[in-house]
Amino acid sequence: MKVLVAVKRVVDYNVKIRVKADQTGVDLSNVKMSMNPFDEIAVEEALRMKEAGTVDEVIAISVGVQQCQETIRTALAMGADRGILVKTDEVLEPLHVAKLMKAVVDEEQPGLVILGKQAIDDDCNQTGQMLAALLGWAQGTFASEIKLGDGSASVTREVDGGLQTLELKLPMIVTTDLRLNEPRYASLPNIMKAKKKPIDEKTPEDLGVDTAPRLATLKVEDPPTRQAGVIVADVAELVSKLRNEAGVI
Amino acid sequence: MSVLVIAEHDNADLKPATLAAVTAAGQLGGDVDILVAGSGCGAVGEAAAKVAGVAKVLVADDALYGNMMAEPMADLVVPLAQNYGAVIAVANTVGKNFMPRVAALLDVSQISEISSIESADTFVRPIYAGNAMATVQSSDAIKIITIRATGFEKADAEGGAAAVESIAAAGDPGLSSFVGEELSKSERPELTAAKTIISGGRGMQSGDNFPIIEAVADQLGAAVGASRAAVDAGFVPNDYQVGQTGKVVAPELYIAVGISGAIQHLAGMKDSKVIVAINKDEEAPIFQVADYGLVADLFKAVPELEEELKKLPPA
Repeated sequence: MKVLVAVKRVVDYNVKIRVKADQTGVDLSNVKMSMNPFDEIAVEEALRMKEAGTVDEVIAISVGVQQCQETIRTALAMGADRGILVKTDEVLEPLHVAKLMKAVVDEEQPGLVILGKQAIDDDCNQTGQMLAALLGWAQGTFASEIKLGDGSASVTREVDGGLQTLELKLPMIVTTDLRLNEPRYASLPNIMKAKKKPIDEKTPEDLGVDTAPRLATLKVEDPPTRQAGVIVADVAELVSKLRNEAGVI
Repeated sequence: MSVLVIAEHDNADLKPATLAAVTAAGQLGGDVDILVAGSGCGAVGEAAAKVAGVAKVLVADDALYGNMMAEPMADLVVPLAQNYGAVIAVANTVGKNFMPRVAALLDVSQISEISSIESADTFVRPIYAGNAMATVQSSDAIKIITIRATGFEKADAEGGAAAVESIAAAGDPGLSSFVGEELSKSERPELTAAKTIISGGRGMQSGDNFPIIEAVADQLGAAVGASRAAVDAGFVPNDYQVGQTGKVVAPELYIAVGISGAIQHLAGMKDSKVIVAINKDEEAPIFQVADYGLVADLFKAVPELEEELKKLPPA
């Protein structure tokens, strides 16, 4: 079975975000970019399946600008076999990415697609579910455990009250949550090896997908700030203020 | 334009977050209907009919919807959505799961986790873990929206007298089946519904130390939460997590204990009415958002807090 893993190039999670003065977006110039952390978990899970012998090939796909190739190389250095870059300079919405990925799934026929549950830039949490819908497949979102079986898989999901386990028909979509695994670091020899692994390039036109925007971003602003309050001397003062000043206890 | 709100419930009770979704729906203009999809959920339908401002309640009562799995939910909602200008669900783990599936089947770009509404087609939503707020305008004919319940006042749970209409189940897509669940058992209120929350962070040092927080929670009738750092360190389960990748809460009182205040945690609690921070590091960013800060060793201050609360006469 082949596994397709989606990897998104995003602002590194350690970078402090700055909103542009003209309110058109977030300043991305000279900012460190990395693989979306939830996607690292997705790559790791696919690699563990391959190491366990249940998967033959791991393909990393990224959709976006030319530099997304670097994100694919990171997945290849972790151990993925080959990459696919769907190259576009357009700003895409999750619906477009799902449509592009569906076209690639139709060509590659993987038995499983693993994606991060959300990207830490737009925080949409949509692409995996949308891809499942377009393919008519089952979706195991926010997964903390995946057990592949014959024709189906058992997926344990992180839900608000705890954990939920579903039996889902294969082929299927999984989106990863934090506790699914701890991703590996790429070793230097593997980083060197990854440079020789193939990356196919395609465009939305090749795949026959219309990427006309449905959403217009009118402005991007700093969040409202909260005023710092007072420092209290001790617990007694704290309790007194909460009772008499704030009236919350 | 009428709006369909998908009820959040557990087949017995209508969850308060649904009331926030009704308010959001009202801001779009037009009639507000509620869909209750569940199994043995008649009481939820009746509760939904009493919510102020609701025109009609649709009840799809079938074993297929007992756990609101995404595949059957999407097949139920998609044909209904054609009759509405917008469909709204709460951005909890249920809504986040099935709504994008609905959106894709309708060929619509979903607008996720909005925190406010500017007009019938323009919405504000946090991006980059709440480090920026984006105002987006949708050109899709049907708006598929999930809301941050903390961004909207709750509609009155009483006062309405909506008609209740049973609707037939859609077919079973045959893709998914429910195996089981392990829900955290607790006598305490749920995080997203609690009036008071006390959360522990990395400063707690170990899950074994959480009982000192729980003792304060018992005094206050509070829910217990945690920062992502505490969850990542294995102190407590992930469903305790408050933050951008966990739960977004806005209680009357939020007490952060041993939490430094990473932006991703602040994103999940900064709309709380009153914030208290207890941390021994006076430079911790949490003090910049706290109404009341106490610079102290939490292992001394938290048990003291429990004692002080015990002594406090009833309000």
